[in-house]
Amino acid sequence: MSEFWLDMLVVVLRCVFSVAFVMNIVPLMIWGERKGAAYIQDRPGPNRAPIDLPNPADLPRLLSAALRGEPLDYKPVVSLRAAGLIHTLTDVVKLAFKEDITPDHVEKFYWFIAPVIAMSIALCTFAVVPFGDSFLGYNLQVSSLDGGLLFVLAMTSLGVYGIMLAGWASNNKFSLLGGLRASAQMVSYELAMGLSAVVVFLSAGSVSLAEITRQQGEALSIFGLVEIPALNWNVFSPFGLLAFILFWVAVFAETNRTPFDLPEGEAELVGGYHTEYSSFRFALFFMAEYANMIVAAAVTATMFFGGYNVPLFSGAFLRENADMVLAVLGLGAIPAFLGLAVVAWKRRGRPFYAAIPSDDPRRNEPAFFTAVWLGAAAAHGGLGVAGLMGGLTGLSALVGVEGLGADLLVFVLHVSSLGVKVLIGGWIFIWVRWTLPRMRYDQLMNLGWRYMLPIALVNVFCAAGWIILRHELFA
Amino acid sequence: MIESVLFYLFSLVAIVAGVSVITQRSPIASALSLVVCFFALAADYVMLDAHFVAVVQVLVYAGAIMVLFIFVIMLLNIRETEPAAMGQLTARSGGALLISGLLGVALIAVLDSVVHQTPAELPAEYGTIKAIGEALFNGTYLLPFEAVSLLLTVGMIGAVVLAKREL
Repeated sequence: MSEFWLDMLVVVLRCVFSVAFVMNIVPLMIWGERKGAAYIQDRPGPNRAPIDLPNPADLPRLLSAALRGEPLDYKPVVSLRAAGLIHTLTDVVKLAFKEDITPDHVEKFYWFIAPVIAMSIALCTFAVVPFGDSFLGYNLQVSSLDGGLLFVLAMTSLGVYGIMLAGWASNNKFSLLGGLRASAQMVSYELAMGLSAVVVFLSAGSVSLAEITRQQGEALSIFGLVEIPALNWNVFSPFGLLAFILFWVAVFAETNRTPFDLPEGEAELVGGYHTEYSSFRFALFFMAEYANMIVAAAVTATMFFGGYNVPLFSGAFLRENADMVLAVLGLGAIPAFLGLAVVAWKRRGRPFYAAIPSDDPRRNEPAFFTAVWLGAAAAHGGLGVAGLMGGLTGLSALVGVEGLGADLLVFVLHVSSLGVKVLIGGWIFIWVRWTLPRMRYDQLMNLGWRYMLPIALVNVFCAAGWIILRHELFA
Repeated sequence: MIESVLFYLFSLVAIVAGVSVITQRSPIASALSLVVCFFALAADYVMLDAHFVAVVQVLVYAGAIMVLFIFVIMLLNIRETEPAAMGQLTARSGGALLISGLLGVALIAVLDSVVHQTPAELPAEYGTIKAIGEALFNGTYLLPFEAVSLLLTVGMIGAVVLAKREL
């Protein structure tokens, strides 16, 4: 394979990975939103929709029936409900197969492209977020654009078109008001968002997200006394902390989340800009909101919380000690998975299981999950033992942890680190939504223009002054 | 090779969108065509290695100024403009032809002075934020740059003074 095609393949793989990263967290966030809302409101939340698994012995018969196009009838052995995770799947099926209604009074062309714009802009923004340091010498970032963070700001400012067009093309006053609210609010908060990002540019001396992340992987020195490896996060400086708070508030306004979700204020605007949408067009708006949240959390994590960096362990350290890292992680995961297995097994004692008939397939769910967690414990134990053997004997080429293996391990760790940070950010979105009431429109504008913008400006000047002062004093 | 193909593709998009700006009846369609035109121009800037200009083009024109334009059009809720009377139309197209003819001559003159030169090798730093920042704040363009920012501030204050009766 020639160099050119290999490069093309890498480009395609990077694009596929970053889209998959965002789109796979979307259902998880929707599930978290429902469960989180339920627990905050003291109710159990979604827990009914099942997937009925057939007996493995029936599989050949079912497969041939499916190929012949006959109905599949089988007696399920396990009815898997997975704490409500299946609800997201059923939602997708429902939205995909619902009738797609196009009202007569809409401006067809703009009405059709609005959800497409909303979704594609949300996914494009992730292109400049690095999700690992390098893999066999390739950058782990779709585009290593020089103006990385500016690209994020440019894309968020384009994101407003989807909502605006949806509101206008729907051709009714409630949707139009929703679209107008969204555009006014997003334009207002972009300023505070951009200015708080300037603090990060100043301290990093670069606008490239890859460079900003790399610098945050260096050691954090506290007055030159203590050095903490791989924890030089921007949030650990006074200006960075203030910038993070401003940025995070602005992100809530940009993603139209509570307390700033006036564009879809259901009490006064029916459903806001997406009132006229049904079926999968509505689903696109719905997914775009979650994709925007995930991308915003990823950008925030990259700017202020070290991005893909694992706290306390630099990429170089992890690569050098790949065998021992694998051993510690693999063996350390065994007790965690065993604990999960015990928890799953103990669920059999719940009153629910006494109340259903003894041949109900839902009875077998705890046993199924116990088996899953035991299997995971065994798999991680195997990896851990392999790492330990490699580390102790120095024959790590035998277990594949060198070069490719080490890069693969570091890649998994970096992606997981970014993923965990994104999930924490996503949880804060959910937490705030079910805790705070919606703001009034004048309060929203006051907060943006009279408080956040001046504070962000002062913060930029103070940070710039401090950087010059530090340069004069210490260098 | 791919870059020049993409360059001409985006140039074509920009021209089509530009024509569509003046031929569309509905103001929203015109404004959106202008957004597409700006976006295609930004893509052309990327093909010319001017990444910063491209991003700023999208950020400022497509993302801020056009959003305000569309905001105003939506707020006034203008659906379609009435076609102008014939007499007005001839006067307008005469003026437009005159101005675009003059601009075209100027453009050809500029292109003529450039097109015969062999393109120089781009320096590695070309088009980066650092290079532009050096030119604007450390180099020959400091005075014009500051003058422009002063002009913008004056314009903004003027708009506030004109729009607000009581300060």
